Amino acid sequence: MSDQIQLVEVLSAEEIDLIEAEVAHIPDRQSAAIEALRIVQDKRGWVSDESLRAIATQLEMSIEALDSIATFYNLIFRQPVGRHVIMLCDSVSCFVMGSEQVRDKVCEHLGIGLGETTADGKYTLLPIVCLGACDRAPVMTVGDKLVTHLSQDSIGEALDGFE
Amino acid sequence: MADLMTQPLLGRIDLAGGLVDLATYEANGGYQAARQAILRSSPEAVQEIVKDANLRGRGGAGFPTGVKWGFVPKEPTPGHIYLVCNADEMEPGTFKDRYLMEYDPHSLIEGMLIGAFAIGADRAYVFMRGEYHEAFTQLDRAINDAKAKGYLGEKVFGSDFGVELSIHRSGGRYICGEETALLNALEGKRAQPRMKPPFPPASGAWGRPTIVNNVETFCNVPGILSNGVDWYRDLGIGDDAGTKIYGVSGRVKKPGLWELPIGTPIREIIEQHAGGMQDGYQLRGILPGGASTEFLIPEEHMDLPMDYASIQAAGSRMGTGTMILMDDSICPVAISINLQHFFAQESCGFCTPCREGLPWIENMLIDIEQGRGQAEDLDVLDRNSAFIGAPGNTFCLHATGAMEPMLSALKYFRDDFVAHIEQGRCPHRAGGGES
Repeated sequence: MSDQIQLVEVLSAEEIDLIEAEVAHIPDRQSAAIEALRIVQDKRGWVSDESLRAIATQLEMSIEALDSIATFYNLIFRQPVGRHVIMLCDSVSCFVMGSEQVRDKVCEHLGIGLGETTADGKYTLLPIVCLGACDRAPVMTVGDKLVTHLSQDSIGEALDGFE
Repeated sequence: MADLMTQPLLGRIDLAGGLVDLATYEANGGYQAARQAILRSSPEAVQEIVKDANLRGRGGAGFPTGVKWGFVPKEPTPGHIYLVCNADEMEPGTFKDRYLMEYDPHSLIEGMLIGAFAIGADRAYVFMRGEYHEAFTQLDRAINDAKAKGYLGEKVFGSDFGVELSIHRSGGRYICGEETALLNALEGKRAQPRMKPPFPPASGAWGRPTIVNNVETFCNVPGILSNGVDWYRDLGIGDDAGTKIYGVSGRVKKPGLWELPIGTPIREIIEQHAGGMQDGYQLRGILPGGASTEFLIPEEHMDLPMDYASIQAAGSRMGTGTMILMDDSICPVAISINLQHFFAQESCGFCTPCREGLPWIENMLIDIEQGRGQAEDLDVLDRNSAFIGAPGNTFCLHATGAMEPMLSALKYFRDDFVAHIEQGRCPHRAGGGES
């Protein structure tokens, strides 16, 4: 029992409140799994094994069941990521508009490949499916920010201004 | 000049010159349709109007909305009834729902309010793509504004009807767009499709009656109630009713979205509204309604009306109505790799033909593109695409959707596939070979 209490304490009071607010409007605690994972990730950047255990305890479900959910969804990170996650659209409209050349330029600019994080911990670069801004292709998101009309020449400027 | 009688979906945004907030929405007659319905009409009457108007689902399948609403049991056992908006816009090439939610969130809320009243739902969810940050911000604010006015929550407009509306931000994955996978995700589970039957109107979210409709579908509802069935039916050019948000992406002069009478010909959308192809580029193929629709070609299909029946008769689907254009600088094998990579990656992994078959198709295409194709490959590709694509061979329609662009690419761009194999390289890439 004491173990369990300690594990829950990994979550902050704020995180617990936010998770409980989600639990309040659904029929059972486990149904808040994805929201709970997102809440914790929003605060910590990713979901560590420790966080996962704490969330599972909070939702009264097994760690394994929660991990099978966490690893199913591509927006839940089970590994540390940089301060800014870049998601570069690789779907068909962006492809037609030259996203492969843009991707190569981003990789060159940051010195990393897809799925990698820069040595200074600033950026993680991930491919993403269609971001729903196809009339402004090619596009990417940097954190919450949508960046459109990308070209090989605009990458440096697009990544300026992030700390 | 924008006109709400001919452009009930996007006209308000044009009039406002951008975001339609609650005050602007109400100044243009917003929430009157819901108010009238809830205070003066009945759920049955609202269902009848939507059925008579012949509103069909705008998410891709085109199922009649009023008919779907009618599937909710008339005397359900005690408990919640759920209304869910599928705002998990992830069909590659589709960008209409994002626009509606970012700029006119109250029209979605009002459409859902009317829908909830019509089916007796007391809980409603918007299942939204996790990557749609701005749409979340705008819709979340709009929900709070509507709640503050008494348009959501208990005793809506002072009536006995009440509905709670909240947003679920998705954790990702294209399969969440499949209705029953979406419900599993809403329940916090892995988004794997469910066995049907039972269908969601009988047993959906948490085993309760549930209706799932697309964003654009809901946004059509207030106008139908305000202006009537005849008005709505007359908006369409052919057999279908209403307007449709059409979009074009690819190498055209003016990519974008336009609300036009449903049934507007493909040529008019591409040449007039999208401004035609950019100089130096020729149109070769059209994916009419997203990545999971069959290619059409300019030689045969430019004058087809963009409506459900016409596009289906040509062997494709109108899908989401947002077209992706393939120009002559794009290798048909390379675009097929791009499409099949997407579908292979997004398979939920539950059933074998989809989980194993789609990557296998992708790998075969990569071999052809990189000059390792063999003479018999096209026969194998034909046979396996047909097998994987046949409904019933897989648990849901994900792989069927994947094979729509594949089989049509093999049909219309066969010479390109043959040239790759004969030349042992990609004829579209200078030097060839390297992907």
